[in-house]
Amino acid sequence: MSYHANERGYYGEFGGAFIPEMLYPNCEELRQNYLKIMAEPSFQEEFHQLLKDYVGRPTPLYFAERLSKKYNTKIYLKREDLCHTGAHKVNNTIGQILMAKRLGKHRIIAETGAGQHGVATATVCALMGIECVVYMGEIDIARQAPNVARMKMLGAEVRPATSGSKTLKDATNEAIRDWINNPVDTHYIIGSVVGPHPYPDMVARFQSVISEEVKSQLLEKEGRENPDFVVACVGGGSNAAGAFYHFLDTPEVGIIAVEAAGKGIHSGESAATSALGKVGIIHGSKTLLMQTPDGQITEPYSISAGLDYPGVGPLHAHLYTSGRGEFISITDDEAMKAGLDLCKLEGIIPAIESSHALAIFKDRKFKENDVVVVNLSGRGDKDLQNYIDYFKL
Amino acid sequence: MNRIKQKLQEDKKILSIYFTAGYPALNDTAKIIQDLEKSGVDLIEIGLPFSDPLADGPTIQASSTAALKNGMTTTLLFEHLKDIRKTVSIPLILMGYFNPVLQYGVEAFCQKCEEIGIDGLILPDLPLDVYQDEYESIFKKHGLINVFLITPQTSDARINAIDEASEGFIYMVSSASTTGAKEGFGPEQSAYFERIASMDLKNPQIVGFGISNAQTFQQATSKTKGAIIGSAFIKHLTQNGVDGIDAFVGQIR
Repeated sequence: MSYHANERGYYGEFGGAFIPEMLYPNCEELRQNYLKIMAEPSFQEEFHQLLKDYVGRPTPLYFAERLSKKYNTKIYLKREDLCHTGAHKVNNTIGQILMAKRLGKHRIIAETGAGQHGVATATVCALMGIECVVYMGEIDIARQAPNVARMKMLGAEVRPATSGSKTLKDATNEAIRDWINNPVDTHYIIGSVVGPHPYPDMVARFQSVISEEVKSQLLEKEGRENPDFVVACVGGGSNAAGAFYHFLDTPEVGIIAVEAAGKGIHSGESAATSALGKVGIIHGSKTLLMQTPDGQITEPYSISAGLDYPGVGPLHAHLYTSGRGEFISITDDEAMKAGLDLCKLEGIIPAIESSHALAIFKDRKFKENDVVVVNLSGRGDKDLQNYIDYFKL
Repeated sequence: MNRIKQKLQEDKKILSIYFTAGYPALNDTAKIIQDLEKSGVDLIEIGLPFSDPLADGPTIQASSTAALKNGMTTTLLFEHLKDIRKTVSIPLILMGYFNPVLQYGVEAFCQKCEEIGIDGLILPDLPLDVYQDEYESIFKKHGLINVFLITPQTSDARINAIDEASEGFIYMVSSASTTGAKEGFGPEQSAYFERIASMDLKNPQIVGFGISNAQTFQQATSKTKGAIIGSAFIKHLTQNGVDGIDAFVGQIR
């Protein structure tokens, strides 16, 4: 059994392309070309060159000695926080901008919640000199001013999404509507392993560089390619997809996905999709999503803006329901404490998203000799105001 | 015979009107249907509101959000429609996104539609292959016609596949756009209408998107069987409530 997408974009019962006919030609063009283009030697060469020289890859696999001592196990941190723009997001936008160029597209659109994917998209558009429009919920624009400014400095136009709940899911709706209205010249750079086929698979492949590097780095440090566990936070799930990718079909590697419980799973303010979601359709994909009994999509909550998506990528829905993945949810409080803990023990200020992954060690015990790789998906600069407010710094 | 098929056999251009159930007020649905029939409309598309209508422009989005805020649900809509066949005989289509149908249960949803006297469904994000693999037999068992969309970007091969899978009419989206985004037609649409007309499809086509008045209705139907008005009618409801529906329809033809 494989945990990768089949040729129709299904992970078990999840995935597919539940899109209106207006989007069919766009997705079909991409579906027919993405594997072919990615396999071209010139594409691979350009992609890896940019990852090396521009993004700063490979990112280190760092043995966190003091953290390991505290939890009596061997914890390695995959330092995606050291990527250019501050998070793993850029791995995907580099891949997709090269894809867009080869498809002959002249205009890029993207959605963003907290602004991280928007910044990563604006960055690669500046790099390539391509027009960029980023949709962002009106509410998010107000609460993420520094990232809005970054996108503008990078030459992108930030368009407010004023429909629905005015946050990430509505920004995604607006980007999709833009793509419907501009089917020929525009490429839509989705920021996570969500959306219609082939996006979840394509984004996972671009992010898979994370686990590819982990294998060779671990071989060097531990004399073996496979860790006992790999841990990552999941909103839509792109950093997790990248960290899990090369271990999905290796059953001896435990996969741990960490979701945001917000103020508590049953508090009514949570983003723990595996616990609270039901099978449904969101943004063209069949997956687990948070919704009313009537099938209206609800607004999630997390202190971390990167984890408050009401769905989860179809890969992760499949990992959850098949039992391949262990899903743990972490509250705001637990995540914030774990984030501060990493600062004090290792001198690394993590993104609040990544802090959720770090927070599992308090209750989830590992053996002394277990090798546990935690994907440190992003750095905490963008979250400084949240940390200041929370800890009254 | 299914009321849609029967209507399509009439030697006339079809005027179809879309509105969102539960808008402008929660309990307006039955009155709007009755007034539309009295005004001489041929076909009605009742919109099932959805939180994330990604094929719709601002007008229909806003009506959906308002309808949900008013308290509209799938269950309540069925309740509002349960006696509708005592007062109207016009073909009725439910149009919405797939997720609410999936949550209600596709079989239960279709069963309920049959009980009420719904004649067809338009679910733009239920793709052709999934429909054929999983749901076609259920739709057919309950006498429901499933209407598929085509756009100017749809390839001839796919149009033929959709024509083959269709049994009522084909919903011909007039331009690459969301609903209500563009008004009127240019040379691009004329060429598209010509191209489809020359394909000699087995199903008649009804044009939607961009039709708002007598002129655009005539343009849209010169080569096709009919046209659908959605956003323009929603705007009328926003401005006038449920009054003057006959006047709105009267200025179309």
